[in-house]
Amino acid sequence: MNAQPKMNADTQPLLDVVHARKSFTKGDGGELLVLEDVNLTVRPGEVVGLLGRSGSGKSTLLRLIAGLSKPSGGKVNYLGTPVTGPAEGISMVFQSFALFPWLTVYENVALGLEAMHVARDEIRRRSLAAIDLIGLDGFESAYPRELSGGMRQRVGFARALVVHPNILLMDEPFSALDVLTAETLRTDFLELWSDGRMPIKGVILVTHNIEEAVQMCDRILVFATNPGRIVSEIQVTIPRPRDRNDPAFAGLVEQIYVEMTAKKGRTTTRISPAGGSGIDMILPRVSSNILAGLLETVAAPPFSGRADLPEIASELTLEIDELFPAAETLQMLRFAEIEGGDIHLLPEGIAFADAEVDERKRLFARHLLAYVPLAAHVRRVLDERRTHAAPSSRFLDELEDHMSPEVAEETLRALVSWARYAEIFAYDDETGQFSLENPT
Amino acid sequence: MSTTRTAWSTASRGAPSRFDLIALILVIGLLAFLAATSKGVLAPITSLDSSPVSLNPWMLPGYVARTTLRMLAGLSLSLLFTFTYATWAAKSPRAGRILIPVLDVLQSVPILGFISVTVVFFMSLAPGRVLGAEFAAVFAIFTSQAWNMAFSFYQSLRTVPAELIEASRSFRLSGWSRFWRLEVPFGMPPLVWNMMMSMSGGWFFVVASEAISVGPTTVTLPGIGAYIDLAIRQKDLHAVGYAILAMLAVILVYDQLLFRPLVAWSDRFRFESEPGAPVPSSWVLDALAGSRLIARALRRLRGFGRMLGAAVRLRPGAQSVDTAVNAENLDRIATTIVALLLALAIWQAVRFLAPELGWHDIGTTLGLGALTAIRVFILIALASCVWVPVGIYVGLRPKVARVVQPIAQFLAAFPANLLFPVAVAAIVTFKLNANIWLSPLMILGTQWYILFNVIAGASAMPGEMRHVSNNFHVRGWLWWRKIGLPAVMPFYVTGAITASGGSWNAAIVAEVASWGDEHLSATGLGSYIATATSDGNFHRIVLGVVTMSLYVLLINRLLWRPLYYYAERKFRLS
Repeated sequence: MNAQPKMNADTQPLLDVVHARKSFTKGDGGELLVLEDVNLTVRPGEVVGLLGRSGSGKSTLLRLIAGLSKPSGGKVNYLGTPVTGPAEGISMVFQSFALFPWLTVYENVALGLEAMHVARDEIRRRSLAAIDLIGLDGFESAYPRELSGGMRQRVGFARALVVHPNILLMDEPFSALDVLTAETLRTDFLELWSDGRMPIKGVILVTHNIEEAVQMCDRILVFATNPGRIVSEIQVTIPRPRDRNDPAFAGLVEQIYVEMTAKKGRTTTRISPAGGSGIDMILPRVSSNILAGLLETVAAPPFSGRADLPEIASELTLEIDELFPAAETLQMLRFAEIEGGDIHLLPEGIAFADAEVDERKRLFARHLLAYVPLAAHVRRVLDERRTHAAPSSRFLDELEDHMSPEVAEETLRALVSWARYAEIFAYDDETGQFSLENPT
Repeated sequence: MSTTRTAWSTASRGAPSRFDLIALILVIGLLAFLAATSKGVLAPITSLDSSPVSLNPWMLPGYVARTTLRMLAGLSLSLLFTFTYATWAAKSPRAGRILIPVLDVLQSVPILGFISVTVVFFMSLAPGRVLGAEFAAVFAIFTSQAWNMAFSFYQSLRTVPAELIEASRSFRLSGWSRFWRLEVPFGMPPLVWNMMMSMSGGWFFVVASEAISVGPTTVTLPGIGAYIDLAIRQKDLHAVGYAILAMLAVILVYDQLLFRPLVAWSDRFRFESEPGAPVPSSWVLDALAGSRLIARALRRLRGFGRMLGAAVRLRPGAQSVDTAVNAENLDRIATTIVALLLALAIWQAVRFLAPELGWHDIGTTLGLGALTAIRVFILIALASCVWVPVGIYVGLRPKVARVVQPIAQFLAAFPANLLFPVAVAAIVTFKLNANIWLSPLMILGTQWYILFNVIAGASAMPGEMRHVSNNFHVRGWLWWRKIGLPAVMPFYVTGAITASGGSWNAAIVAEVASWGDEHLSATGLGSYIATATSDGNFHRIVLGVVTMSLYVLLINRLLWRPLYYYAERKFRLS
């Protein structure tokens, strides 16, 4: 397993990202920062994980490295030279596989070599070798639609490896697969990596799965949202192959949960440049069902009001992409507190869990109006207008002063769904009207 | 079924198979056909007078071949146009901002309007040769096919999944190979579908474009259209019958030899595959795919394509950030050029039209346009009342649908103007009011679009939805109002848009019809253009065509497009 010699760590880095930032122009001409001052070095023999939830800019960073988009500031250096476009020697595995459905497995794999104008015989030899390596022999003439998800992603790996890249970029490569298939593929990949049978020198893995990051990476960079940035770096020194039941493994997972939900983590959702504390607060789309379900689960035994987030995640089979927004929404609504990787219910949260439907709605309405300024704002506008109605564009315009149109739309949609549950105002999607009337 | 797919790329080695024989015959037949039929094209134009079109039915196959060749030429031109124009519009958003509206306007110009205006120009391209008139006829076919194909390909280019583009960029495919390996395959299924639709339209106009008569310029090209024209003038019902039979045969052959294989072949480019959907198949494709000779020829062709690609060597990302610096300047220049062109066009039009025509003429054409519009609307409404219930009924019964659907598509492809003589004879015999009874001819060929779209919509209705309505005993009018009609709404609107566009186009042919020396004419914009064309009054032709385009454009913008988006948003089941 020592084919990835750690002693090379002092030699020239494979990749060097220096003060990279990425922003997009908003509709009103302002700037929307999605990635702020990122520094990252990848040395030969390293698997580096970029961990964070959606919207934290980790996929954006991966695309900067791949040369698929250009940084707004800072530099990306590959083997000492700046990346200006898709570079030879960096290849990528995609979340949705991104296979060409009209090409066979063999043709999909050979495509990258054909683009490099490699000789025909060489293409054949290397493609078959890659297909063989990744465990796809026998499937050369199959079309992607004939394959299961796991096999399709194997084609994705073969296609990325066949060009003999120095760096392999992986954009949540296992997240579209079922749990069992993903685990098999991860193990197979790690085995090939540890045996040094793949022609790659370094790996960058984007993921929102904490266990996956701990299992696969030598180093994990934890990202925070609004704007996307690296908040901490964690070395994983557990020897490979790693066992999930190993106390050290579980301990590290727990530690990362704590990092990602630390008190300072709260400030990232409460007071930050992009998502403010007033009506400009960005609201995640979390269904009231999930909120209620989470409250009930934490309130009930064995948790009885206080639970470990990793345990809750596995109990409810929620990804952190779903669990964190839900937990933070409860925190925002003052039904719960998150601290040190734990969630514990406040008295109102317990009251909610114990209450009947109507009482729950009353409680939810009170907290929504009290702690979500946008809800109170919409309600106030509707109360003040003689018609008790207002178009959604009125509020979207306000929100777009602070966030991108897409995020504004999402925020308003989240509010609508909560407000409907709380019955504090109504919304007619066809006319785009907010009103105080109940639909007939 | 999947054997068909794999066979294409990896034809087995070994002795020549029966597929080789079939494929060989098909290819030889194609070559002989091309050689034989293109012989007359370069002949001097006087040859048309020395060997005039005859009603002898044994001449028909030759005529049909000539007509078919024109169709193929038009289709090839349309493909060329599609790959260049649509690609340009999609790749350069700045150009697209102008190109797409231009396409929209072109689409609403009545097709026979094109031919009336351009025939003299094309005749002058090859003076004294048949070729000039052929150009004009092929151009007419081109105008009936190209626009919707270009639109479809443009739409596809805009919707290629982002990750596939990123994959091809990260594997550093050149722009050239990205186009052929990713974008063309991705756009292929809708493009083939649109080619079929275009072909239906093309048959209609090829018949009208072979007997060109603009004022003193009269050209009759040997072909099935000219045959029919003559049959009508000589009141020969037998000949009309032969022509209809020949047309049926041609459409069948086209379907079997060209479109079935194309549809079956393009199915492998379909991006999302619903399991269980029947895979289209074609015996011709199977024969070609099974042939070793064809496979070898294809490999040669591919090698040639690679060489071409290497020569072109378009690198990805060439259109990157550096050019953006000049974007504003370019924008300003482009806007200026467009404004200048617009001013020039208006000036030209006014200079051309103003001395001859007054406000009075404009008023007249607008009034006539309104009459034709009323006709089209009433006909669409009538056809909908009939075909929507029928379509829903058929669509909910898969067995019936499998029989009816191809028939409806076939009827849509059949050039309805072949049936006009029959209708005219009836109107004359029964002394009916031409203003009313000529109108149904406008929708004769286009009503089928409503039918087969509604059938498609009803068969796409999920089984659960049907079970639910059975479960709650939703029946009768309530079922139609709450379930049946909403479920097919987006499909119906698509069909109605196509039918309405086709009817406007048909108006020029349908509002004026004749049988021997009986000439019938309905008051409307279509007959205005037709009369102006036979009088050779170019001012009136242009005015009529412009007015009609305006009507079609406005109706599309103000009625159909909003209706389409509404139906998509509210009723699309997905």
